[in-house]
Amino acid sequence: MALFAVGLYLSWTAGRLDRLHARIDAARAALDAQLLRRASVAQELATSGVLDPAASIVLYEAAHAARQAEEEHREVAESELSQALRAIFGEVQQVEVVREAPGGDEAATELAAAVRRVPMARRFHNDAVRAARALRRHRKVRWFRLAGHAPFPMAFEMDDEPPVALADRATT
Amino acid sequence: MRIGIVCPYSWDVPGGVQFHIRDLAEHLIGLGHQVSVLAPADDETPLPPYVVSAGRAVPVPYNGSVARLNFGFLSAARVRRWLHEGTFDVIHIHEPTSPSLGLLACWAAQGPIVATFHTSNPRSRAMIAAYPILQPALEKISARIAVSEYARRTLVEHLGGDAVVIPNGVDVDFFAKVEPKAEWQGSTIGFIGRIDEPRKGLPVLMKALPQILAERPDTRLLVAGRGDEHEAVSSLPVEMRERVEFLGMVSDEDKARLLRSVDVYVAPNTGGESFGIILVEAMSAGAPVLASDLDAFAQVLDQGAAGDLFGNEDADSLAAAALRLLGDPARRDELRERGSRHVRRFDWSTVGADILSVYETVTDGATAVAADERSGFRARFGLARD
Repeated sequence: MALFAVGLYLSWTAGRLDRLHARIDAARAALDAQLLRRASVAQELATSGVLDPAASIVLYEAAHAARQAEEEHREVAESELSQALRAIFGEVQQVEVVREAPGGDEAATELAAAVRRVPMARRFHNDAVRAARALRRHRKVRWFRLAGHAPFPMAFEMDDEPPVALADRATT
Repeated sequence: MRIGIVCPYSWDVPGGVQFHIRDLAEHLIGLGHQVSVLAPADDETPLPPYVVSAGRAVPVPYNGSVARLNFGFLSAARVRRWLHEGTFDVIHIHEPTSPSLGLLACWAAQGPIVATFHTSNPRSRAMIAAYPILQPALEKISARIAVSEYARRTLVEHLGGDAVVIPNGVDVDFFAKVEPKAEWQGSTIGFIGRIDEPRKGLPVLMKALPQILAERPDTRLLVAGRGDEHEAVSSLPVEMRERVEFLGMVSDEDKARLLRSVDVYVAPNTGGESFGIILVEAMSAGAPVLASDLDAFAQVLDQGAAGDLFGNEDADSLAAAALRLLGDPARRDELRERGSRHVRRFDWSTVGADILSVYETVTDGATAVAADERSGFRARFGLARD
């Protein structure tokens, strides 16, 4: 009877862990989608000719590197894209110039949405990671190998501070 | 002539391009021209009267490191204002391909534009993608100057078109007239450059040093430049380390005196050089020069006629060449004499006249420089005001 109760408890824990892993996978997919969206809009703006050529090249290189980055360099490349975006869209006038261009309003709105959603998606992902890590460190999970071969979940650490001029716009 | 010069790098940070622009501006002012230099600078930096600040450069990740660049709305506005107020006959842009002030000025101006290409960045993938962004700005350049034959070749390879070669200038007499320092004389080898930058080649020299000391134990190596001194000598046997003297960062005056004092000046750079101003300075000071056989160095040394060359990164070849020079005073005198004659073509009087004739060629029959109001997307959609 006791053995059965323990078994039931372990099985329930394994189910809990499985749900957490699934939540991480979904959150990671959402984060990837937001990062990719941000890099794509950035690249579009860089090649549009709306920005001055110096800003275009800096932005293009950062967006290009973020999209092409290998998994282990991803956090650095995405952080560098954040820095480049902050440097270029640090002034309200620059955002105004983009909005005045034909189709620029949509691009600016889309970029503003992307730079706001990346930190959100990252927070949800890291929150799920934290929960799963806490459970997986527990004795019962380690002793009975309830996590199976699933890799130990890693948080996604990056600089995702949005540019002031864009973030302000998005909230109004 | 009213001349506007655009400096891409912060005025407050010392560097080859900044020094070149400073000397060029002062040379041209000395000839009676009106010169204004637009350069990135912190607001607190004291600037010479001919420099106009374009605002602070912003540190951003670029090309694998953090670069301090000027771009964006405010910088572009400042470039426009400078162009408006200057009413220049010609503007001279340095490093127009780096995404900073040079490229901005190229984009924002119309009229006679001269551009100097100092370094040649290796072709990167992003550079190819950036080509259509760069091209409209670079098309406006009426005359291109490369600082060496090597820089010209890479420029042609990467961007197409052609350029005239005008070397960087040196104040030859400043180096030729300075007094040598007695304590730096007598079987000395000189090296100037960053100690911890492997491309400057100090490790190659350190590898060659034991062979040189084995044959001539009284030789001393004098090293001027920033970096970790302990790490630099770590490859040497302990008893040889005292033969190396570190002088740290030296002033322009001391640099000239050092070059004037040594028996041999060694430039073991392993790459990344497009010109080699230090070789010209060494020859101006009358130092016999021994340099690695980089394209740019061979060019400056007249293919070995004005200084000896050794195989790049080859410590044995360096040691053999250094021993040959140290043991042959007649050859050293010959190199001194040939160097001093050869170096005249790098003097500001020659270089400045060449640059001025480029200015005169492009301004002939052309209108003055003005801000280009048609730049940006408006031109693409035909909304420009003509």
